[in-house]
Amino acid sequence: MVKLTLTGNHCVAYAVKLSRVKVVSAYPITPQTTIVEKLSEMVDSGDADIKMIRVESEHSALSAVYGAATAGVRAFTATSSHGLLYMHEMVWWTAQARVPLVMAVVTRTIGPPWNIWTDHHDIMGQRDTGWLIVMAETNQEVLDETIKLFRITEDPRVFLPGMVGLDAFILSHTVEPVEVPEQEVVDSFLPERRQPYTIRFGDPLIMGNIPSDLLLNAKMRWDVHEALGRSTQVIDEVDREWGKLTGRYYGGLVECYRCEDADFLFIGAGAWVGDMRLAIDKLRDMGYRFGVLKVRYIRPFPGARILEIARGKKGVVVLDRSISAGSAGPIFLDLAAYFQGKNVTIPIKNVVAGLAGFDVNYEDFVKIGERFVNEVSEVGWVENHLEFYPLR
Amino acid sequence: MTIRDLPREKYVLPGNAACPGCPETMGLRYVGMALGRRAILVIPAGCTSIIQGLHPGSGLSFPIINVAFASSDAVAEGVAVAKELLGEDGVVVVWAGDGATADIGFATLSGAAERNGNIIHVCVDNEAYMNTGIQRSSLTPKGAWTTTTWRGKTESKKNMPLIMMSHGIPYVATASVAYPLDFIEKLRKAASMRGFKYIHLHAPCPVGWRFDPSETVEMARLAIETGMWVLLEAEKGKITISPPSRPYIDKSRRKPIVEYLKRQGRFREISEELVREIEKEVDEYWSTILKLSS
Amino acid sequence: MEVGNPLLPLSRPKIGVQGATGSWRFRKPEIDQGKCIGCGICWLYCPDSVIDVEDVGGRFKVRVDYVYCKGCGVCASVCPTKAIRMVSEV
Repeated sequence: MVKLTLTGNHCVAYAVKLSRVKVVSAYPITPQTTIVEKLSEMVDSGDADIKMIRVESEHSALSAVYGAATAGVRAFTATSSHGLLYMHEMVWWTAQARVPLVMAVVTRTIGPPWNIWTDHHDIMGQRDTGWLIVMAETNQEVLDETIKLFRITEDPRVFLPGMVGLDAFILSHTVEPVEVPEQEVVDSFLPERRQPYTIRFGDPLIMGNIPSDLLLNAKMRWDVHEALGRSTQVIDEVDREWGKLTGRYYGGLVECYRCEDADFLFIGAGAWVGDMRLAIDKLRDMGYRFGVLKVRYIRPFPGARILEIARGKKGVVVLDRSISAGSAGPIFLDLAAYFQGKNVTIPIKNVVAGLAGFDVNYEDFVKIGERFVNEVSEVGWVENHLEFYPLR
Repeated sequence: MTIRDLPREKYVLPGNAACPGCPETMGLRYVGMALGRRAILVIPAGCTSIIQGLHPGSGLSFPIINVAFASSDAVAEGVAVAKELLGEDGVVVVWAGDGATADIGFATLSGAAERNGNIIHVCVDNEAYMNTGIQRSSLTPKGAWTTTTWRGKTESKKNMPLIMMSHGIPYVATASVAYPLDFIEKLRKAASMRGFKYIHLHAPCPVGWRFDPSETVEMARLAIETGMWVLLEAEKGKITISPPSRPYIDKSRRKPIVEYLKRQGRFREISEELVREIEKEVDEYWSTILKLSS
Repeated sequence: MEVGNPLLPLSRPKIGVQGATGSWRFRKPEIDQGKCIGCGICWLYCPDSVIDVEDVGGRFKVRVDYVYCKGCGVCASVCPTKAIRMVSEV
C-alpha cells in the first residue's frame, strides 16, 4: 500500500491500471479528460499494459469497449455530461447484451447554457438502462469502487455493466490523500475475466437478432432487473471482502453516519454527502438529532436498506442534485415509491439543490435541516414535499 | 480462380428471411466463400438485421454481433483490437448498408478509417433505406423515386469510394453482385492486408428499385456495362480499373445509360433532360477516376 | 449465466429459420438436364443457397431444394444455356 495525494480522476486511472484492463477507449470531455490523459501517460511510459482506442466520439468510445468486451477482454471507458448523453444508445445496448464493462462518469450538468460544473442529471438519466450505478463521496471511494465494479459486473449472478459517478471538480480535480493498494492485493481480489458469452472466430454465435418469442424477450428484460436485484448480495460480499483486504468497508449499498440515534435523516448521494456530515454535527450541536444516509448505489436502488435505517425516524430529507423535470428528484421518487409499497409513512421532503453546479455547503444543509424540523413539528407533516433550494 | 475453386460450405442458409432475389444474401454468400470461418461480422441496423431471421435461430452461419446503427465500425475495431491482444487470428468485417455507411454511420466509419483500424468495411449499397421501406439515402442516385422523393431525388449520389480513398487507407475497392469472383478476390486481398479496408458492393434491390426479382444480376451487370458503376481498386492513392469494367474505359463501348434506367420502376418518370444530366455526371466520374489511375 | 441460457439474446444457425420458404414461391425453376452444361453459374448466383451442386466427372450436377427455394428466378436469368425455365405454380 502506498499513500498518494490524487485527484478523483487520477484515482480512476490508477484503479483501471490496477484492474489490468486491456482496452480503454474514450473521447475527451471536460471534466473527464484527465482520466484518459493519465491513462495515456501510463501507457506511453510503459507503466500500464493497455491498448488505447482514441475514438472520434463518445458513441464510438462505448461502442469500441463494447466490441472489445464482447470479444473477451476487460474494457473501460469514461465520460461526462453531453458525452454520456451522446452514448446513451450504447449504454442501453451494452446492458441488454449482458456484457460486463466499467465506465467512470464525471457527473456534470447539461446545457444549454454551456456549463462544466457538477450536478447529477447526466448519470441519473441512465438509471433505467440496466447498468449498476455507484456514486462516490471521496477520491478513496472512487478508486475502491472502480476496482470493485470489475469484480461485481463480472460476477455470473450479475453480468451487467457498471458506472461509477464522481462529482465534477469537487472530486475529479481535487486532490485528497488516497491509499493505493499494491498490485498483488488487486490481483488476489480480481479473478480472471468472466463474461456470459464471447464472440469467437469459427464459432457461429449470433448476438441480437430479432426475437420470435416476445414473452422470452420480455423475460430477458425482466432478468436485467432481477440481475440488479441479485447484485445487492454481490455488492455486499465484495465490499466486505475489500474491507478485509484494505480495511475499508463502506456498508455495501448505503453508508451511514450517526444514523442510529438520529430522529431525522439526510439522504443523498455523491460528494456533497461530506458537507452533510459536517452539517449534522452542527445540527446536533443545535439540538437537532440528524444522521446522514449516503446512497452509494443508485442502481440497484437500495430501498430495503434505506427503509431498515429510516424506519421509526421522525422524518427524512432527500437531497437530489438533479430533477426529473415535471415530477421530482430521482432518489426521492425511488424512495417514496418503495416506502409506499411497504406501507411506510414517514414525513419525506425532497429538496432539489446544487443544480448546474450552484454551490451548496454545510451551512446550507444546516438551514435545510433546521427548516425541515420546524416544518414537521409545526405542521406535523410535510407541507411541500418538493422544494427547490435556495428558496427565494 | 474459377467457380470450381470456391468452397461449398453454406454461410447463408436456405429458409432465411431475405426477399426473393435479394442481393444482400448473394453478397453474404460471397463473404462466406471468401473468408469462411475466419470472419466475425458486425452488423448494424438494416436489411441484414431482418435477413438473419428470428431468434433463437439464424439464417446466417457466421459469428455475428448485431449492433446499433451508428456504432458498427467502432465495435468492430474494439473486437479486432481485443482479438489481437488475445492472439486469436481472423477477420472482422462490418457488413453495413448505405445508411449505416454513408449517413448515420459516416462519422464512425470515418473515425475508424482515419485510425486505420484493422477491419474490413463492406458497404452493401442498395441505394436507399430499404429496410424501413425505400426512403432516400445519400447514396440514392439522382432521379430515383423513393418513398421520401416521390418526384425523384434531386441530389446526386455521394461518392463514397473516393471519400474513403481520401482517408489514405491501404485498400479501397468497389464490387458488384454480378461479378462474384471479382468481389471474392477483393475480399481475400483485403483480408490479407493490415489496416482499414473499404469495399463498396453495388447491390440492386428488386423491391426498392422496382424490377423483377429474377433480374438482380442483370441489373447489377447493366450498371457496369453502362458505366454507371465502375469496378476498381485503389491502393496508395492510385486507382486500377478492375477487369470487368476495363472495356468501358472507352465510352463508345458503354451501353446507353437509359438501358439501365428504363429497366427500373424507380426511374419510370425520369425526363430526357435528367438522363442527359446523369450521363454527364457518369462521364465526369470516369474522367476523375481515370486521372487518378494514370 | 452462460451460452445456452435462454435469457441471453443469442442465436445459432438454423436451416429454415423463417420456415419452409418454398411456400413463398409462385413459380418454380425447372432444370432441363439435357441443356445443362454443369457450369455452376446458377449455384454461384442463387441468393438463398438452395441450389446444390455435385461434381460428376468434372461437371456440376445441379439440384434445387424446393422446400426453401423462393422462386426468385435469378438462376434462370443467369443460365448461359437457358436450361432453367420458371414454371408457374399458380
